[in-house]
Amino acid sequence: MKADSDLFEFLLRMGDNTLVLGHRVSEWCGHSPVLEEDIALANVALDLIGQTRMWLDFAGDVEGKGRDADALAFRRDVWDFRNILLVERPNGNFGDTLMRQFLFDAWYHAILSRLAGSSDDRIAAIAAKAVKEAAYHLERSADLVVRLGDGTTESHAKMQAALDDFWPYTGEMFAADTIDTSLTSRGVIPNLAEVRDEWDETVNRVLADATLEIPDGTYQHKGGKQGTHTEHLGHILTEMQFLQRAYPDASW
Amino acid sequence: MYAQVVEGSGKGAKATEDMTPEERAFQQKIDSGQKIEPKEWMPDGYRKTLIRQISQHAHSEVVGQLPEGNWITRAPTLERKAILLAKVQDEAGHGLYLYGAAETLGISRDEMYEQLHSGKAKYSSIFNYPTLNWADIGAIGWLVDGAAIMNQVALQRTSYGPYSRAMIRICKEESFHQRQGYDIMMKMCNGTEAQKAMAQDAMNRFWWPALMMFGPPDADSVHSAESMAWKIKINTNDELRQKFVDQTVPQAEYLGLTIPDENLAWNEEKGSYDFTDPDWDEFFQVISGNGPCNADRMRARVRAWDDGEWFRDGLSAYAEKHSAGNTNQGVENV
Repeated sequence: MKADSDLFEFLLRMGDNTLVLGHRVSEWCGHSPVLEEDIALANVALDLIGQTRMWLDFAGDVEGKGRDADALAFRRDVWDFRNILLVERPNGNFGDTLMRQFLFDAWYHAILSRLAGSSDDRIAAIAAKAVKEAAYHLERSADLVVRLGDGTTESHAKMQAALDDFWPYTGEMFAADTIDTSLTSRGVIPNLAEVRDEWDETVNRVLADATLEIPDGTYQHKGGKQGTHTEHLGHILTEMQFLQRAYPDASW
Repeated sequence: MYAQVVEGSGKGAKATEDMTPEERAFQQKIDSGQKIEPKEWMPDGYRKTLIRQISQHAHSEVVGQLPEGNWITRAPTLERKAILLAKVQDEAGHGLYLYGAAETLGISRDEMYEQLHSGKAKYSSIFNYPTLNWADIGAIGWLVDGAAIMNQVALQRTSYGPYSRAMIRICKEESFHQRQGYDIMMKMCNGTEAQKAMAQDAMNRFWWPALMMFGPPDADSVHSAESMAWKIKINTNDELRQKFVDQTVPQAEYLGLTIPDENLAWNEEKGSYDFTDPDWDEFFQVISGNGPCNADRMRARVRAWDDGEWFRDGLSAYAEKHSAGNTNQGVENV
């Protein structure tokens, strides 16, 4: 049977998003502004890595070449990664990290809650599990964005700068290509325009509460979903894949 | 241990006849195995020593995130990465319970951080050693958490209620940490030549610092008698060190690792191993700031705290603005 390449691509997109964002979040370990945040961020990273295993194991099964989640995570090069550019952006200050997380969580939660009704049973099962974690992540990141946006002059300025920086990386989440439209027509994934509506609603409400303004610019970067990344991803992979690349015969 | 050199009052344990009636009643309570709770009377020295000990322990958990965090982004499989994240998250959680336990004695977490950042408060010497290869993560779980458990299991019976309860929770998680460390070592020792070499390298570097975790020899441990009378210390440093060596040698043999001590030998007569004392000069250098990573660890913690100031201030300002009793906003809106 011919592998379902659209499905494989979509699963890589999901799994690479959680893998790369999980990596970024885990970089904070031991360095965050308060102990409670160290705990919360480790927890978020842990959830994301756990979800990565589900998405990428499924991707490997769909591909049918005997690759599991580890083979996909640790033995692909940059151009084979399908994550959106937003998640590979550097952590910046703690506000940058929280803003990136919020913009992602609002999308991820919206798409997962629809994927739970996917025509593909395994996607539906993964999404049903992941959406609970994503709901908690969104609640937490939204809450902190509001508090910091409406905190001091300094925290407001930092959150606004973070929003301005990341805004041009949000459009890619909803930019449907032929893979997306084909899977949507098969009922495997939702219409991304619908996901966008929910995301807009969440983001507008939270940013208003946070007294932050959505930037005017309309230009949106893209390419990650198709494998054209920023310079940052190569460095992430250099670090993440070091042991598997340096000791290819080892089992860990 | 996680609290290695805890200064006491410097007076040693008091003889019963030198005690005030309050002190005598307090000591009787401890001797009969009852717990001391936060609101009860306690000698000043007991309170101060406990604050030092618990905060050292808490700081160790927090600083201890750094050497392991050093490998989270390089963990070799997704499962290992998840396990390590869960472990480091547990450690931050232990820090939280312990700061909470110390706060019941009348010191704030901010004050304790201040003491850590100024160098006044110590943390375990072990975290001033670097993690240089992946097997170090295994060695930390196996040897470092293994050594910590020796002490912490005993401390579940410590006289101060909140500390004892924190230890009970912590011990449950620590045994999982030790098992995951040994599991990494098993995998490395049954792996390729390069993996075996990493495991031996980790063993060579962590053995002596692990022995130092129990603190200086009893003869040089000036504060022990008082702490033991108060049951805030249960076993002597040397007792625990011996127990650790006796437990660890067969495990190392099973792994096929060589313990870097030529004098290590079973002593039939005493029914335990003879071993070389660690280099106590090195130990005192490390706890006084000259270990391989002291400066890096402190710089990382101080930077995290300083860089986070705007974040903490932002949250406080929001809470202030939106607290029920605050009418400023209403006035501005009129």
